Amino acid sequence: MHILANYLTEFKNSNMEISVLVFGQITDITGKGSLKFTDIKSTGELYQLLLKTYPQLESIKYLMAVNKKIIHENTMLMDEDTIALLPPFSGG
Amino acid sequence: MGQSNTYRRYERQIVLKEFGTAAQEKLFHAKVLVVGAGGLGCPALQYLTAAGIGYIGIVDFDKVELSNLQRQVLFAVDDIGKPKAIVAAEKLKLFNPEIQFSVFEKKLGTANALDIIVGFDVVIDGTDNFATRYLMNDACVLLGKPLIYGAVLRFEGQVGVFNFPERDGTPGTNYRDLFPQPPDPATVPSCNEAGVLGILPGIIGTMQAAEAIKIITGIGRPLCNTIVSYNMLDNIYYECMVSPADNNDINFPKSKEAFESFNYEWFCGITQLPNEISTEEFDELLKKEKLNIIDVRETDELPVIHEFPCSRIPLSRFDESISAIGSKEKIVFICKSGKRSLSALKLLNEKYPDCRAYSLKGGLDEWKLKIHLKK
Repeated sequence: MHILANYLTEFKNSNMEISVLVFGQITDITGKGSLKFTDIKSTGELYQLLLKTYPQLESIKYLMAVNKKIIHENTMLMDEDTIALLPPFSGG
Repeated sequence: MGQSNTYRRYERQIVLKEFGTAAQEKLFHAKVLVVGAGGLGCPALQYLTAAGIGYIGIVDFDKVELSNLQRQVLFAVDDIGKPKAIVAAEKLKLFNPEIQFSVFEKKLGTANALDIIVGFDVVIDGTDNFATRYLMNDACVLLGKPLIYGAVLRFEGQVGVFNFPERDGTPGTNYRDLFPQPPDPATVPSCNEAGVLGILPGIIGTMQAAEAIKIITGIGRPLCNTIVSYNMLDNIYYECMVSPADNNDINFPKSKEAFESFNYEWFCGITQLPNEISTEEFDELLKKEKLNIIDVRETDELPVIHEFPCSRIPLSRFDESISAIGSKEKIVFICKSGKRSLSALKLLNEKYPDCRAYSLKGGLDEWKLKIHLKK
């Protein structure tokens, strides 16, 4: 029974999916307004993966919000979390 | 207009049970400053005027252009070439003669911002660049004034309320909790380059006016500690909570004096970064023109320079002597290795962004070495 529970946890973790909403000029780089990723455990890991997938992001400053809360430090992610990438705007 | 007419004018909002005469009275006594009479400022000003805000200040140094008319809805073809702040106040007076206007036909800067903002209860940011946004943010934090932020690009916009506490007393965050350090301007497209659909600042500017009315009257939940991102094409209205950033006070000018000497253009990367010149360029300049060369080494440091005329202001005493450095000639800072001279240049640039000053790269060490090699 114990082994089965472990197996189920493993199985669930490997299918963890997060959604990423993209705003502003970052959509120019990603090409779309929403992205999906699996098996990303933290915002730090997401940041690195985004940078690897879209190297142009390196020069762009943006905020990350996890489930509508802007974060200032590395944050653990859970299944079905939504992360928003919010770049600064200056136009008026 | 008599008092009964005054109330008739606002009866549709006075009749709202959450609003009533009490809220209307608060609007009559409120003073709102709108900085920037552009895409965001125009609709905000129109609704604030219509709502009966007693006293409205308008800051704008710019003149109306044809390409403004697509979104700056207070202006007409006849206004092209005229100052925005003055035209806006004239039009708004026609809409509602009961409102008092104060026109500031000038650029908001460190020298005037505190004096202007202190006379108002709420400030609306309708500017179009990071330097003025950080400047207003810091001025409002120093003076304890709520600031209603709004920004647009293409089909998207952001709105938020800074420096205003939540109902439960949680202190208000500000722009430096979002971005303690400004972004490189090269990475953020402006509306001039990237465009903006005219109606977008109309929506965002109107939301800013709504926030001002909520703050003044105390109705509803203002967007404090919140940033709304709005995407018009996909109908996304995305509200995010903002919490204080640990490093929100990096470079924050903590006093009136520090604010007044803070160079926001330089901070936001708009003016050029300090100029370093090579030993060759320095020799060229020496031949070509009269220079004001300043040695920033300590007074007892050797060697003494005989090769060219120079004055000595040690970096350790630079702050107290900085105001004495005024010159028509180009200024060149020198030191042993080029490091302290660069610091001196940065300090001077912060204080006097327009001065023509340089730092000798590699310092006297490098320069002496090159001279030696030539011989």
